[in-house]
Amino acid sequence: MAGTFPRARTAIAGAATFGIGVTPGFESLELAAQAGLLAIADAGLVLSDVDALFICLPDDFFAGLSLAQYYGISPRYTDCNRTGGSSFISHMTVAAMMLDAGYIDCALIAYGSNQRSGTGKLVSAFKPNPWETPYRPLIPLSPYALTAARHFHEFGTTRAQLAEVAVAARAWANTNPEAFAKGPLTIEDCLAARMVSSPLSVRDCCLVTDGAAALVMTRSNRARDLRQPPVAVLGSAAATWFSAISQAGDLTTTSAAESGPRAYAMAGVGPADIDTVQLYDAFTINTILFLEDLGFCAKGEGGAFVSGGRIAPGGALPVNTDGGGLSCVHPGMYGLFAIVEAARQLRGQAANQVPGAEVALAHANGGTLSSQATVILGGPATL
Amino acid sequence: MTGSPETVWRAALADGRVLLQRARATGNTFFPPRLAEPGTGNTDWEWVEANGLGTVYSITVVNQKPPAAPYNVVLVDLDEGPRLMSRVEGIPPEAATIGLRVRARIDVTGEAPVLVFDPA
Repeated sequence: MAGTFPRARTAIAGAATFGIGVTPGFESLELAAQAGLLAIADAGLVLSDVDALFICLPDDFFAGLSLAQYYGISPRYTDCNRTGGSSFISHMTVAAMMLDAGYIDCALIAYGSNQRSGTGKLVSAFKPNPWETPYRPLIPLSPYALTAARHFHEFGTTRAQLAEVAVAARAWANTNPEAFAKGPLTIEDCLAARMVSSPLSVRDCCLVTDGAAALVMTRSNRARDLRQPPVAVLGSAAATWFSAISQAGDLTTTSAAESGPRAYAMAGVGPADIDTVQLYDAFTINTILFLEDLGFCAKGEGGAFVSGGRIAPGGALPVNTDGGGLSCVHPGMYGLFAIVEAARQLRGQAANQVPGAEVALAHANGGTLSSQATVILGGPATL
Repeated sequence: MTGSPETVWRAALADGRVLLQRARATGNTFFPPRLAEPGTGNTDWEWVEANGLGTVYSITVVNQKPPAAPYNVVLVDLDEGPRLMSRVEGIPPEAATIGLRVRARIDVTGEAPVLVFDPA
């Protein structure tokens, strides 16, 4: 049961990133605020047009109130939903419903984090789990490592196949001016990298950077008349199956296997219709899991699927065309950057443009594979 | 004993017993302790003592900066059904391979008692 969704009746009218990489001298709120201003300008709107705020910050549970005050606006609706990096797709779901219902007219979705300059290490919003903490798992890494180990065991997935994901991400990043991590990276480099939580090495882990991103959403009929080509929101769905990895059930299937089919059903498309895929690759195993769970290959075949450069530049399926969390940007939550990259592809404005991209999928992960959310976007022709 | 199921469970562990909850209607055994059976909300449940045997479902070895020793973090499927995070001791950390049969032990050497496993 997909649920009803206002297919293509709302659109991304503005999108922006700010401060990707190292941006000292900015608080997380300021980074998010700047990305928001850029997205509003990108849409050809002004701040006073915004009447709904959706925001997540690493260090402020009341970020919606903080941003409203910072901007000096009085939003009709404020949402600080937190499911981790997947939050932003749920923000889009709610914004689409509210826009279509006429409850709001212009939604700003924003995120910013000074994870690199502010602390130099990951800030976790996780409440420590008393049933896991005594065993000293590295959070968030070890839960993904446990998942990878099980995937290896059940399907014969290898470290070289994980490395294919990292190498593809780097290849995309190398031609993206915004990307933080550049330079040659080979399968051999990855296999020789320092092991952190087996079977995941440092090269299997996302970056720690600063960065901010923002989207402006309006009803499609308004977006058509604004500054940028409108990007239609065709379907958007989230799923939550657990919080702690020890409660995950079958580790090798994530709730992307639920969020994906629901989003496809809303959009009226399937995996074969998707021209480019943007996945939250916090760790290399994520890309393999999500390609399987979202139907791009069968369960267990993700390792083989990503091999031979299939998801790299020039491959059959362009995945994480900005370089992803592995090589472009990861300030703690990559989710909104995946959506921005999908929108840029559909506008024809991406740094690594996929020729003729008309339908894109963005997928985000939250917690330790706990929350999954999928959005299907369409180019101007789908409106 | 008063308090939440978690409070009762921790007191039992300190007393040397590993408890699980079993819903009377479904026979499902569940962990961690909570007020109602997950999924059904059924509050008609009873405490049962775990037989202490389980199987490693997955494992990761965490490498620390030397000289700190690497250690394992495992997920164990108890014979009664529930899964929990723990560690396997008494063998090299990487030797706790998936499928290994393990037996529970209550480690009382730290600040609070902790449920760990040894090869069965």
